[in-house]
Parts: sequence; C-alpha cells; structure tokens
Amino acid sequence: MREILIIGAGPAGLAAARAARARGASVTLLDAADDVGGQYWRHLPASLSAGREDLLHHGWATFTALRSDLDDDPGCRIVRGAQVWAIERGETTGRPDAARPDAARPDAGNRDTGRPDAEPAEHDDRGGHVVHALAGPVDGTDRERITLTPDALVLATGAHDRTLPFPGWDLPGVFTPGAAQALAKGERVTVGERVAVAGAGPFLLPVAASLVQTGTTVVGVFEASRARTLAAGWLSRPWRLARAGKKGAELAGYAAGQLRHRIPYRTGTAVIRAHGTDAVTAVTVAKLDRDWRPIPGTERRIPVDAVCAGHGFTPRLELAVAAGCVLTGDSFVAVDDAQRTSEPGVYAAGEITGIGGVELAMAEGSIAGHHAAGGDTGTSPVRAARVARGVHRDIARRIEAAHGIRPGWSSWLDDDTVICRCEEVRHGPLRDTAAATASTSLRSLKLSTRAGLGICQGRMCGRTVDALLRQHAPHAHRNDNATFDHRPLAFPLRLAELADHPKDNDRKESA
Amino acid sequence: MDVIVIGAGIIGAAVARELTRSGIAVTVIERGAAASATSASGEGNVLVSDKEPGPELVLAQYSARLWPQVARELADELGGTIPADGLGGGHRAGSGAAFPSIEFDRKGGLVVATTDAGIEPLRDFAATQVAAGVDARPVTLDEARELEPDLTPSATAAVYYPEDAQVQPVIATEALLASARRSGASVLEGTEVTGGLRGADGRLSGVRTTAGDLHADAVVTAAGPWSAELTARLGAPVPVQPRRGVVLVTSRMRPRIFHKVYDADYVDAVGSGDAALQTSSVIESTAAGTVLIGSSRQRIGFDDRLRVAVLREIAAKAANVFPFLADTPAMRCYGGFRPFVPDHLPLIGADPRLPGLWHATGHEGAGIGLSVATAALLRDLMTGTEPAIDALPFSPARPSLAEHLQEVM
Repeated sequence: MREILIIGAGPAGLAAARAARARGASVTLLDAADDVGGQYWRHLPASLSAGREDLLHHGWATFTALRSDLDDDPGCRIVRGAQVWAIERGETTGRPDAARPDAARPDAGNRDTGRPDAEPAEHDDRGGHVVHALAGPVDGTDRERITLTPDALVLATGAHDRTLPFPGWDLPGVFTPGAAQALAKGERVTVGERVAVAGAGPFLLPVAASLVQTGTTVVGVFEASRARTLAAGWLSRPWRLARAGKKGAELAGYAAGQLRHRIPYRTGTAVIRAHGTDAVTAVTVAKLDRDWRPIPGTERRIPVDAVCAGHGFTPRLELAVAAGCVLTGDSFVAVDDAQRTSEPGVYAAGEITGIGGVELAMAEGSIAGHHAAGGDTGTSPVRAARVARGVHRDIARRIEAAHGIRPGWSSWLDDDTVICRCEEVRHGPLRDTAAATASTSLRSLKLSTRAGLGICQGRMCGRTVDALLRQHAPHAHRNDNATFDHRPLAFPLRLAELADHPKDNDRKESA
Repeated sequence: MDVIVIGAGIIGAAVARELTRSGIAVTVIERGAAASATSASGEGNVLVSDKEPGPELVLAQYSARLWPQVARELADELGGTIPADGLGGGHRAGSGAAFPSIEFDRKGGLVVATTDAGIEPLRDFAATQVAAGVDARPVTLDEARELEPDLTPSATAAVYYPEDAQVQPVIATEALLASARRSGASVLEGTEVTGGLRGADGRLSGVRTTAGDLHADAVVTAAGPWSAELTARLGAPVPVQPRRGVVLVTSRMRPRIFHKVYDADYVDAVGSGDAALQTSSVIESTAAGTVLIGSSRQRIGFDDRLRVAVLREIAAKAANVFPFLADTPAMRCYGGFRPFVPDHLPLIGADPRLPGLWHATGHEGAGIGLSVATAALLRDLMTGTEPAIDALPFSPARPSLAEHLQEVM
C-alpha cells in the first residue's frame, strides 16, 4: 500500500488526508498542535468545549465531519503534538547543491506561472526523504522520536501572521490578529477592553468580529489600503467573483456584523505608533497615501488598551526548503497542476503555495492528496477541486491586489523602532551597518547585524528585514541567494533529543 | 603594480588590504558576494592549540601576533567598538561610527581529555608545543574547573592555551574589505572569472570575466574550496578539495562557557585526511550569548544536504564535555565547505608552473585565524621583502605537493 505522510492538519492537510484515503493510500498526518484544524479551525480543548463552536467558526460542520471521519479511520494515523524538526533529502532527490553554498537555493521558479522550471517527476518516483519528528509536550523530557520515510510527502504547513513594525509595536498590549483570534476562539479571552484593529487584509474583519463577540469595544478597523485600491483589487472583473458565492457571502457577513456592532472601518489609514511605557495606552493613526506613507497633519491619537496589527501572512516554508522544493519569485512553494513540487514525491497545498484562505487550501489539499496517493487527473472529485481551486486563486489574486503591502510603510519607522525582537536589532543600526559594510549579501548582513538570528529564526522579522535591506542596501540581494526561509533545524530541540541515537528508542517506520 | 585578487572571503579581503596598503593597485573579483561562503560558515577560530609543531604552527603564531594589531587598526580606521587587544576593555574610535565590532577576543582555549587513555597523548602533545614556543599550560582538574565551572566531572586531563582567540568571521571579513576599499582597492562582486589571459611570453596577464577582460601584473587566487575549479580555468589547477563542516548553535543563555573548549580528539580530526565523517567537540560562547558547537569534517564534495547523523554526533560529544548542554536547545545549524589540501598546508606564494599566478588558498578550517599572516607573507613575497617567517613550506612548488600538481594546460 502506498504510504503518504502529510505534515500539517489544517484545512489543506485534512483535505489531503481524506483524498489520499479515498484513493486507498495509508496516511500518517502530523500536526504540532494539540488537535487538528490548524489556525483556521482553532478551537477550545475538549475539556472546555462550550458546544457552540459553530458560532465562532465558518465551516465548522465541514471540519467536524472531516475530523471524525479521519479519527475513525484505521488507515489514517493522526499524530497530534508532533513537531517535524528536520527533513533529510535522500540520495535519489534533486541535485546536491553544486557549485557553491547558496547557488542552488530554491528561488529559481518561474515567476509567471509559479511553477518549477524543472519537469516535475512522475508520481511513482519516491523522493527518499527522511522526516524527523518529536511527539509530546514541548517541555517534556521523553518526547517520542518519529522517523518516517514515506512514499510521498504532502506539505501543508500553512502560514503565520505578518506584522509590519511601527514605533511601540513591541509594547505589551500589541498582538497579532492571529494571537488575538486564538485567545478569543481558543480560550474565550479578550486582549483588551478598547482595541484598535489595524493592518491590511480581509482577515482583520473576522478578528474584529471575534473580539466583539468576547465583549470588547473595537475602536476601529484601520485598513491601510485606500478605498480606490480596494475597489480596483476586489472589483476587477466582478462577474468572476460571483462564482465564489460562499466566499462572497462570508465577506458580506462580516460587513453586516460590523454595521450591527457599529465598528468604524477606515480605509487608507494605519496605526503608525503605539504609546505607553509599560503597556499600550494609546495609538496614533494617520491617513496614508497610495504607497502607505502617512499624510502629515492627519494624525489622530486614540486611547486604547490593546492593538491587533497584521499585514497579511508569511508562509511557513522551512520544511519545503529543507525538502529541496523550488520556490517562486515571490517566495511561495512552486507547484504544478497536480500540486507537485520540484522534488520527486513531494506535494504542497494551502498557504505555502500562495495565501488564499480556507476554500483554496481545501481544494489544493484534495488535489495534492489524490495525486500523492497515485490518483490520475480525470477522477471526478478532483475535477471539482480543480474548479474550486481556479475560483479561489482568483480571490487570492484580488486580496493581494487590494491589500498587498506598499513600500511607504517604512517611513513610519524611527531609528529606535525594534525590527528584530529576538535580538533587539533596531532600525537605525540595521540601516547604518548595511551602509558601513556595503555588503551585497543577505547572509553576511544577517550575521553582521544579527537581525533574524534569534530564537524565532526570522519567522517574525525575516520578511521585514529583507524588505528594509532592499530599501537601504539596494545591492543587498544581488549576489547571493540567501533567504530567511532556510532553517535546516525547523524548530529548537534539546541537545539530548538531538544526540539520542535512533536505535535506542526509535519508532523508525516505513511510513 | 596591478594585482587581481580572486575571492572576497577573509583570505582575499586580508590579502587585498595588505597589498593595497603597500601601494599596489588591487581589484578584488568575487563570483557571489563578499563574506558569504566559507568565511560565513565557520566559528571564527584564531588558534594555536590545535596545531602540532611545524610550519602551520609557525604561521598561526605569526597570525596570533598580528591579529591584535590588525584589530586595533580596523577600529581606528572604521570606528565602532572593536576591542583593541582582545584582553578585555573596548576600544572606541571615531564618533557615532556604525561599523560593528569584529569581536576579537583572546579568551584562551582549554583542551580536555575525558578518558584515561587520552591523558598521556594530550600532555605529550602539549609538551611538544611548549618546545615550539606555544604557551601551553597543563592544569590540574581543579584548575580546569576554575576556568570552566560546568566542565564534565569525567574530565581526566586538561591543558590551557592562553593564546587562543576568537573573531566574528563575517564582520572581520567585511572590515578587512572595507579597509582595503578605503585604501583604494576596488571590489567587483557578482563577477565570475571564466578564464586566464596570457601575454606573449606566456605569463598570466589577467583574467576573462563575465564583466569583460581585466589585465594585471599578477593574479592571486583566494577562492577557498572553489580554487581547484578556478585554477583549472586559469590553466594551472591546484589540488584543493571541499571538506564539509557543520556547526550547531544553541539559544542564548547567561555566560556559562568562558573559553574555547575542545575535546582532545579535535587535533586528530583536524590533521586527518580521512574522507569519512569525523567529529570532535569545539565549544564556545559568542558575544551574542549563543554557544557554537562544532564541528564535523567530511569529504563529500559540494553536497550540502543536511545529515541528521552528523548533528547527532556533534550534539552527543558536546554534552559529553559540558553535561548541562544536554538540556540546552539547539536553535539552528549551519554548514560550509573548507578548502582541503592533501598535505595539510595552505598554498601561499607563486605558482611554479605559470608566471604571474599566485595562490593564497587551502587553509582548511584555519583560514579565519591564518588570514592576516597569510596576507602579510604574500605581501612580502610579492614585493620582494624578506618575510617574517620562512615561506618555503607554503610554496606551491613544495615537494609534498608535486605529485598533485598537473602540467600547465
């Protein structure tokens, strides 16, 4: 029986598991969290469940049906609390990086099609990847070691919030929308009594809605993109939008919710500073021009006790990079029509191939699981998933056009604004070091500024540092292909766990 | 005189700086970006402790003498807070300068044996080094624990090397290159050498590059592990091979490791030519608060795929020297390629086969430490000055290399 390993049990991973099972493959599904569902279907632990999850979650019935199907299926093993810390490329996978350390970093995808330049391998090619995971409580001393060599690998590792820095963003009381949402959905805790929601993207709306449901006063949703940009992004070729009926209804639902709760929604506006000494006490908001530069004279101070700020999402690419997958020019995993990556036997689905939301993730997951399990193109469930994928990729493009980050944001930084929080690297020194060394290497700049070298390994600041260095050191990326997505150790593990020899207590399996 | 230096790692940067300061017009050509390959993949070792008596030790001792002076000069020239002498105390120069510190720190090294069988070889090795002028001090186990309170209780012998030092290799490379630039060197990054130019007399008179032909009186190769490929393009291949090394980095912690600490296997691994995987512990804390744990040596070509078995061995050996590390999170790992030469000595000097071609390459894992002495030696050879140490053992014309040198193409 074909053995499929799926990493990540959010919407994409769950859909992949179902599709692979439908094709008769044996499935192992690993997720780092205590339960499946991912960021999207994050929910209360069973012990606290209030039984009204459906009120807070879209598609809750879809999720619970998927989960119970897979839980009850003896051909699908779900390992919760399993963190994949390394993927080794086998001898049969792609080329060893030939000429120099950075030469073959996967960034060579075709920008236009988002597909690998290389001809994708046939599905019966095993990549020979070895996946190393640890299962159990992170602070536990006897986590179970899991080493797997599946016939095919589906990566569905998702994305996390991206927040652009602003002065004061490191104060207690500033949250990412994801963290605020997790507290509201997962623990029914609100982040504050008077909260400003700021940033860019349609995700700000459900966050505001969740906050309101937990009794918070949302002083405003401040969307950085201007009304004209939003309209141009969302409303181009509107007849195509109609095909995405459900998504349209979802967005309309949020708009109606806002009216009901009278949350002011301000476009072309950003929180450009958070005030306070020990915690946030107020924010300054300002109108922005089309490039997101604050317009002088429009600043307004609003008292708040919390801020949720998010500007889209960063895909979690380290495992895809470790597996050897080629990335696209805009740093997503390059996949072909069957969700195959450039690596034999490795498929990718969901936010790591492009930020597009739950429906797109599920469509891609279904296609990836189907093909990973040896399915062909003509099968009818996949045909439906392909149609859905097309529709929701169109939505994803609209989101990017409407809410994509504009370069003027860096003008709201001051020299003291912390850029890398782990290593406390501030904007002024980052810029000055880049200028002093005149370096053209991102690798060298990371090591000489320490930006992105801390415990989060650039997950939070990597894209920001990248963007700032492109502005301050225009040649910084000319001569190396270093990236912040290269993390051979995908998460920290104790030396004892690393040193532990597999033959001692290993559960080494064929899949 | 015009000189082309190929490679902008620490060797090329140091050579460019020394030549430029001697009044030579230098152009540095780098295929990728400066300080981003081998020089960005190591630990920043400036060591005498791991070298047996012989020419490489002499070169290391020369470098150990030069580094404090170079660090001081760079601080004066570039500003920042580069420690002047590595003996504690910052040396601040300039005002509001942005250049980060090269973190030169003569922190000393402690070599530790953890088996009974390891006691005598360690002491004997230290005795031969003392005879060669190294400050190698056998210490009691109590003294060793005064130097390193968290050292394993199973230590059986230790030798202290006060001369061992550490430098932040990327910043040091950038600083040497910035200093060379200030003295007039030009640096062409993203430019690849595709071949050599020959004069009517057969001399190497320049290089062909992706940015056009460049003429010079001399060409210096400083391309580290890529030197074999480069010199083949120039028509006079040298036998430098890549040898993979991997380093683990822990999360930040309060200082618990105060010196460079090695297990006594390290010296054997460094001197070995074996292609198979070898690991031995080299453990030290950095100015940033992380602990660097090295290192492995493995000849597998330019294959940079992660190998979990290598990480396992490194981690196990480190926890054997400092038991508290067992509970410390490893945060990241990085690897690179060292330039390996069959007779274990760098190539510094004129190529016997092709007039106009000079080499400064093949330092294996010691290039960061040996860079400044290599540059000084090459400067003296190229300017006809009497070098401070005997240059013959490093000559590309040396007998031990002859069997590996092919005819000029």
